[in-house]
Amino acid sequence: MSMVQKSSGTTHIFLRFFTSLRRLISRLPLHIILIGAALLWMTPTFGLLVSSFRPATAVGSTGWWTAFQTPFQFTLDNYSSVLSQNGMARSFINSLIITIPATILPILVAGFAAFAFAWMKFPGRNALFIFVVALLVVPIQVTLIPVLRLFTDVKLVGTFPGIWLAHTAYGLPLAIFLLRNFFGSLPKELLESAYLDGASNMRVFFRLILPLSVPALASLAIFQFLWVWNDLLVALVYLQSPSKAPMTLTINNLVSSYGTQWQLLTAAAFISMILPLIIFFALQRYFVEGITAGAVKG
Amino acid sequence: MAEVRFEHVTKRFGETIAVNDLNLTIPDKEFLVLVGPSGCGKSTALRLISGLEEPTSGKIYIGERLVNDVAPKDRDIAMVFQSYALYPHMSVHDNMAFGLSLRKTPKPEIQRRVREAARVLGIEELLKRKPRQLSGGQRQRVALGRAIVREPAAFLLDEPLSNLDAKLRVQTRAELSKLHQRLGTTFIYVTHDQVEAMTMATVIAVMNKGLLQQVGKPQDLYERPDNVFVAGFIGSPAMNFFDVTVRGGQDGVYLDAGTFQVPVPKEKAGILDKYLDKKIVFGIRPEDIHSPEYMAPGIIATSIRAKVDVTELMGNEFFLHMLSDDKSFLARVDARTPARPGQEIELVFNMGNMQAFDVETQKTMLS
Amino acid sequence: MSDHHRSTVWSRLFGRIQITWRGTGRRGRLSPWLWLLPAFAFVSVFLIYPVIATLRISFMNANSTAYVGINNYKYVFTNPAMQDALLNTILWLFLFTLLAVGLGLLFAVLSGRVRYEAVSKAIIFIPMAISFVAAAVIWKFMYAYRPGGFTQIGLVNEIATKVGLQPTAWLVQQRIPYTDVLLPTPFHANNFAIIIVGVWMWTGFAMVVLSAGLKGISTEVIEAARVDGANEWQIFRRIILPMLAPTIAVIATALVIQGLKTFDIVWVITSGNYGTDVVATFMYKEMFNYQDFGKAGALAVILLAVIIPIMLISIRRFRTQEETR
Repeated sequence: MSMVQKSSGTTHIFLRFFTSLRRLISRLPLHIILIGAALLWMTPTFGLLVSSFRPATAVGSTGWWTAFQTPFQFTLDNYSSVLSQNGMARSFINSLIITIPATILPILVAGFAAFAFAWMKFPGRNALFIFVVALLVVPIQVTLIPVLRLFTDVKLVGTFPGIWLAHTAYGLPLAIFLLRNFFGSLPKELLESAYLDGASNMRVFFRLILPLSVPALASLAIFQFLWVWNDLLVALVYLQSPSKAPMTLTINNLVSSYGTQWQLLTAAAFISMILPLIIFFALQRYFVEGITAGAVKG
Repeated sequence: MAEVRFEHVTKRFGETIAVNDLNLTIPDKEFLVLVGPSGCGKSTALRLISGLEEPTSGKIYIGERLVNDVAPKDRDIAMVFQSYALYPHMSVHDNMAFGLSLRKTPKPEIQRRVREAARVLGIEELLKRKPRQLSGGQRQRVALGRAIVREPAAFLLDEPLSNLDAKLRVQTRAELSKLHQRLGTTFIYVTHDQVEAMTMATVIAVMNKGLLQQVGKPQDLYERPDNVFVAGFIGSPAMNFFDVTVRGGQDGVYLDAGTFQVPVPKEKAGILDKYLDKKIVFGIRPEDIHSPEYMAPGIIATSIRAKVDVTELMGNEFFLHMLSDDKSFLARVDARTPARPGQEIELVFNMGNMQAFDVETQKTMLS
Repeated sequence: MSDHHRSTVWSRLFGRIQITWRGTGRRGRLSPWLWLLPAFAFVSVFLIYPVIATLRISFMNANSTAYVGINNYKYVFTNPAMQDALLNTILWLFLFTLLAVGLGLLFAVLSGRVRYEAVSKAIIFIPMAISFVAAAVIWKFMYAYRPGGFTQIGLVNEIATKVGLQPTAWLVQQRIPYTDVLLPTPFHANNFAIIIVGVWMWTGFAMVVLSAGLKGISTEVIEAARVDGANEWQIFRRIILPMLAPTIAVIATALVIQGLKTFDIVWVITSGNYGTDVVATFMYKEMFNYQDFGKAGALAVILLAVIIPIMLISIRRFRTQEETR
C-alpha cells in the first residue's frame, strides 16, 4: 500500500513554520535561563561602569540605573581626579613594574626545569616532579611569616626585586606542571634529529622547544599576569611602602574610607580592570585552553 | 512487516545536498548494503532511517508507519556505530542492558536476553568488564550485542568493520552473515568497501554524490552495471575503461581504440548500430583479460598487443599493468604467464563480458 | 675564546640531550641538575623553607623568642572568634564549591546547545579576569544600604524596595532577612552575601572546564543512548554525568582549595568584621594587627593540614583512573 502524496506548496511551508515555531517554544526556557544568567552576570560590572561616569553627588544619592533618565549627568571627573590624585597613575605604573618581570621570570625558570623533567633522565625524576607539583597545595599564608622575616633581614621588604622573587616562586609549581606536560607532548623525533645534528641542550631549548611551545607559554603568561596583577595579599605583606603600591593595594586603601571617596572608587576599580579585561578578551582562547588542558587531562 | 522505505527523500546541510531525492525500498529480512565512496550520502541515509537526522523533504516509512516525526527511540531500530560508542563507565552487561532497562523491561527478561546475546557472540566471560579493558574486536561484539538484545525491527550498521585489522575483518564478515541468517531481521549496512558489500549483501545499493546509482543483487551489479560509476566501483581491481569509436566494417561492428581494435560480438552489435562513428565508453574487467597461453575455455576471445609497464605477482594471479600508447589498463592473468616489465605481449579480451556506456549519460547501453 | 671553544664549554656544562632510551652518558651528567637549579632555589626559599619555619614558629610565642608548646593551637581551637572563623570557612568550602560547580555545570550544558555559546561563556567567565579587590568594590555597590525611606543606591536593595520589602544592610546583617531568625554561625546572611560574590567570580572557571569535559564526550555515545531509548533527562543523568565525574572531581578539588584560601574578597568587603571572618583573614589580623606570629603560624599550619588530605585524595583518584585507562 503506497500513498504517494504531493503536499501542496503552501501546506508544506505552513508545516515547516509550525515545526520551527514549536521547536523555538520548547527551547524557550533554555534561552531564558541562559540569557538571564548572562545579564545577571554582567549587571554588577555594568553598574560599576555607569557609576564611574557619574558625579560624586549623584553616586552617593541615587542608584546608577537612574543615570539613564534626564537629567543626564555624565562626567569624566572621576577618572581624571583618580588618575591625577591619589597616586592612581603611580599605582598603575607600579602594577606594571611588578607584574611584567613577575610574569617573564617564572616562565623562564619553570621552562628550564620543565625541560629537564620532560626530556632528561636523572634519578628521582618522577618523584621530584610530583613533589614540585604537590607544592601547589601550600597556601601562601604558610609562607608569609618566614619569608617576611627573611626579607626584613636581607632588606628586601618593600622593594620591587623582593616581590618579583616572591611571585616567581609562587608561580613555579603550576608553571612547571603545565610546561612539562606540554614539552613532553612534543614529538621525540624532532629533538632526536636536532641532537643528531649536533645541537646542544641550550640551543634545542631556545631554538626548538620555546618556539614550538608558544600556545602553552601564552596560556601561562596570561595566567601569571592576571594572577600577579590582581594580587592583593602578597603586595600587602611584602611591599609595605605606599610609593610602590600596585593598584590593588591602593584601591583597598580607598575602600576603607567610606562616603566621600566612593565615586573615585568606581573609576579606580575600572581602571584596574581594563588591562586584564583587554588581555582576557584578546587572548581568551589561550587562557581557556590553558585551564582545560591542565584540568581535564589532569 | 519491517520494510524500510524512502520516498523522494532529500537531505540538505546548508548548501550541500547530502541525499538527493532518494527512492529506495528495503524489503523485510534483507541484508542491504549501502555502498559508495566517502561523502556519497550513505551514512546520512542510514542516520535518516535511525532518526538521528531529519529529512529536509520526503517521507520515510518503517513498516507501514510514517516515521518522519518519530524520535529515534520509538522507531524500533537498533544501531551499531563505527566507533562502537559503548558507554565507558558501564560494564559490558550494563551496556547491553541499558536500552532494555530504560523501557522498564523486567529484570529476569533483561538477564535472559543479555545472556543469550552474549552466548551467540561468544562474549559471556566479558560481561563484567568495562569497555576500556576490551580489544577492538571484543568491543565490536558488545556493540552488536547491545543492538541484538533490543530485538528491533531492523539493524542499522555504520561501517562497523573499518576499525578492525584485516584478518579480523574477514572473520567478522562471515560472522555477520551468519548472524543475519540466524536472526532473520532486516540488516541495513553502510560501508565504503565494495568487498564487504559483495560478500555480505543480499541486496546492494550504490550511491554517489547523494544520488542512488543502482540497486540490485550483488551478482546483478557485477554483471550488469547501470552506469560507469557502478561498473568502476563494484569489482576489485576496478574495470578498465577506454574511450573508443564505434566503427562498422564488413565483418561487423568493432571498437576503435586508436592503438587497437576489438570486434563486438553479434549479440551486442545490434545495440551499437546507432552509435556508428560516435564515441562511447568501452569497459572490460581485468579478470576478463587473459594471457593467450592460459585463457579460460569458451570465451569470445580477441587478441591485442600491448606493453607491460609494472607487474605484481599475487601468488595465485598475476596483475599486469599494461600500456597501449597512452592508454593504461590492468589485466589479471594466470600466474604462470611469462611477462616482464618493458615486454610487449599479446593479451586476449573476453568480449562476451564487455560493457558499453554512453559518453554523455554515462549509462549502460546494454540492458 | 674562540666560538668553538666557547660552545664546547657551554655544552659540557649544560650537556646534550639525554633522550630517555639512550640512558645516561658520561657527558653532561651534571646538566639536568643545572637546569633544575634556579627552580629549586626559588622553591626551597619561598615554599619549602617557610613551611618548615612556620611549623616551628607555630610552637613559639608571639615574637618567636621562646617555645610555648601547643599553646597556640589550644588558643586557636578554643578562641570563640577563631571558632567562628573556622565555621565560616567550612561554610565557604561547601556552599561556594556546590554553587560554583552546580551553576558551572548548568551553564556549560545550556551554553552547549545554543548558537551564541561563545558569547554567553565569555560573559560568565569575565569576572575571573578582574581582581578580587575590584569585584569587592563592584559588589559593595550592589549591596549598598540606605535606610528605609531614602533612595537606594544599591541594586539589590532597589529591587527589594520595588517589591515592597525593607532595604537591608546585606553585608552587615546576620539575621535571615525580613525575619528575626538568627541562625548559629556560620549561617549568617552576610556570609551568604559574600559567598555569592565568590560564586559570581568562580562559576566561569568551573563552567569552562566542565564545558571542555562535556565536549570530550563523543557524540556517538550520546546518539547510541538516544537510539537505545533514553530521553534527554535520562541521557544527562545516566550517561553524561557519570562520564563527567572525573572532571567534576578535579574542579571541585580546585574550588575547595580556593575556598579554604579565600582572603581577598572577605578582606576588602568587610575586613572580616560582622562575623564574616575566615581562617585567612583571621590569620592576617593575628599577624599584623596583633603581631602574634605564633598564633598566626598555627593557623597557617592548620590550613595546610586541611588542604593536604584533599589533594592526596584527588591525586590518588586521578592515579587509579589513569591506570585503568
